[in-house]
Amino acid sequence: MDIFILQLINGLSLGSIYALVALGYSMVYGIVKLINFAHGDIIMVSCFTMYTAMEIAGLPLLVSIPLTLILTAVLGIIIEKLAYDRLISKGVERISLLITAIGVSIFLQSTFQLIFKADSLRYQAFLPSKTISLFGIEPSLKSVVTIIVSLVLMLALTLFVKLTKVGKAMRAASEDASAAKLMGINTSNVVAFTFAIGSLLAAVAGILYFESYPRIEPYMGGMLGLKAFVAAVIGGIGSIPGAMAGGLILGVAEAMTVSIGLSSYSDAVVFGILIIMLVLKPSGLFGKNIREKV
Amino acid sequence: MSAEKMLSVKDLHVYYGQIHAIKGIDFEVEQNEIVTLIGANGAGKTTILHTISGLIPAKEGEIKFCGNNLTAMAAHNVTKLGLSHVPEGRHVFSEMTVLENLEMGAYTRKDRSKISEDLDFIFTRLPRLKERRKQNAGTLSGGEQQMLAIGRAYMAKPKMMLLDEPTMGLSPLLVGEIFEIIKLVNQMGVTILLVEQNAKLALEISNRAYVLETGRMVMNGLSKDLLNDERVKDAYLGG
Ligand SMILES: Nc1ncnc2c1ncn2[C@@H]1O[C@H](COP(=O)(O)OP(=O)(O)OP(=O)(O)O)[C@@H](O)[C@H]1O
Ligand SMILES: [Mg+2]
Repeated sequence: MDIFILQLINGLSLGSIYALVALGYSMVYGIVKLINFAHGDIIMVSCFTMYTAMEIAGLPLLVSIPLTLILTAVLGIIIEKLAYDRLISKGVERISLLITAIGVSIFLQSTFQLIFKADSLRYQAFLPSKTISLFGIEPSLKSVVTIIVSLVLMLALTLFVKLTKVGKAMRAASEDASAAKLMGINTSNVVAFTFAIGSLLAAVAGILYFESYPRIEPYMGGMLGLKAFVAAVIGGIGSIPGAMAGGLILGVAEAMTVSIGLSSYSDAVVFGILIIMLVLKPSGLFGKNIREKV
Repeated sequence: MSAEKMLSVKDLHVYYGQIHAIKGIDFEVEQNEIVTLIGANGAGKTTILHTISGLIPAKEGEIKFCGNNLTAMAAHNVTKLGLSHVPEGRHVFSEMTVLENLEMGAYTRKDRSKISEDLDFIFTRLPRLKERRKQNAGTLSGGEQQMLAIGRAYMAKPKMMLLDEPTMGLSPLLVGEIFEIIKLVNQMGVTILLVEQNAKLALEISNRAYVLETGRMVMNGLSKDLLNDERVKDAYLGG
C-alpha cells in the first residue's frame, strides 16, 4: 500500500510537469488553433538558460530562477511576434502556422546545438536528493516540491483566467476572436501574452523536471513536449482544466506502469491512452467541439 | 438635426480574393439618425459593416467616423473611437456568463462608476438578462442572446452602433421587442446603422434608408418615401 501511494506521488509529480507544459499547448491552441510544435523546445531553452545562469555565470539560485522565467517568457513573446503574429493577422491556413512552428522548433534546436554542442551537459540539481516523512510514507523532496509548485501555479492560472480582465479577454478571444476584437480587445497582444504564460509554465516545468533528470542537451524538449502534447489532447486541447487532468492522468499511468515492473512499456502506455481516448472521445475529456480535428 | 456627418463612406470597394463583393458605394449617416441598409441575401450588407468596423480590409475608398479615418484601422481601435458592432448571428461569448459578456462590452472603458450605472440601466430595461446574469450566455434563448449582444455593444458607451440583422430567426413578438430596444438605444443618443431583411419594420423605425443590390447602392431616400416606392414594395416588402 505504501509503495502504491509512493508511486502515486511520483506519478503526480511527473504528471504535474506534463500538465504545466500541456497548458502551454492548450492555451495557444485555444486562441490561434496552432499546435505549437516549438513548445517542447522552450523547455530546453529554459534549462540552458538556467545552466548558463548557474554554472557559467555563477549566479545564485534565487537570481537564476526568476531570470530564467523572465527570459523564457520574453522568448515566447518574441517568437510569437516574429514568427506567428503576421501570419495570424493575415488569417493564413492553419497548415502554414504548423509548418512555421516546426521551423521555429528546428531553429531553436540548431541554435542551441551550435552554441552548446550536441553533447549533454551535466546540470547541478539544487534540491537535495532526500526523502521527507509524510504521514508514515517517505516520498522524495523533489516530488513533493514539484507537486506543490505545480498545483499552486495551476490554481493561480485558473483564478487569473476566471477573474482578471486580461484573463477574461483571453477566454473571449479564445472563444470568438472576431467578437473579441469588436469589444476593443487587441487580440494580437492577447495571443502574445498567452505565449508568454505558456512559456513561463514550460520554464517552471523544465526547471522542475531537470531536478530529477539533470542532463540537458539541445534535443531534449522533444519527448517531454510530445508527451505533454498528448496530455493536452487527452484532456481536450484548448481546455485549461483538460490540460491539467490530461497531464496528471498520463503521469500517474506512467508511474504505475513502472511500479508493476513494466517500465519499458511506459511510453507505449502513454500513447495507448491517447489512442483509446481518440477512439472513445476524439475531443478529449473536457473538449466540446467534436468536429474540431487535432 | 445636426448636419454633422457622423459616418461617411466614399467609393468603397471590398474584395474576397477575386470576388468583388462591394463595388464602389457611397453613403452617410448623420448624428442621432437611424439609417437602415436593406438588400437581399448576399447583397453585401454584412461585408460593408465588417469593413467599417475593421474586421476586413477595404481595397479602395474611404471610411470616416467622427473625423477619424477608419479605412486601415484595426477593429479594436475602431471600437475605442465609439463605434460598436452587433454582429450577424449575435456572437455572444457562449461560455462566459451574461455578466462577463456585458463586462467585455465595456472592455475599453476605465470609468468604473459609469460602467456600473450603464450595467444597472441594462438590467433595469432588460430584466431577463439580470435574472440570468450568472448563467453562461450559451444557455440563453435566441431572443435573449440578441438582447445580450445589443446590451454588450451598449456597454461600450458608443456614439454609433452597427446592427446586423438583429431579428434574424426570432418570433414576431421578439422582433417587436428587439425593435423597441433599438429605438431606446437611439433615444439614449446612439446613432444607428441597421441592416435588416425585415425591410418593412426597418423602414418604419428609420429616418433614411439605402438599398443595396449585389454590391451597389441602387436607391436611397427617406424611409417613409421608400415604404411607398413601387420598386421597393415589389422587391422587399412582398408586393
Ligand atoms: N468570407 C467570404 N469569402 C468569399 N466570399 C464571401 C465571403 N463572405 C461573403 N462573401 C460573398 O460576398 C457577397 C456579400 O456577402 P455578405 O455576407 O456581405 O451579404 P449580406 O448582404 O450580408 O447577405 P445576408 O443577407 O445573407 O447576410 C456574397 O456574394 C457572398 O457570397
Ligand atoms: Mg449578412
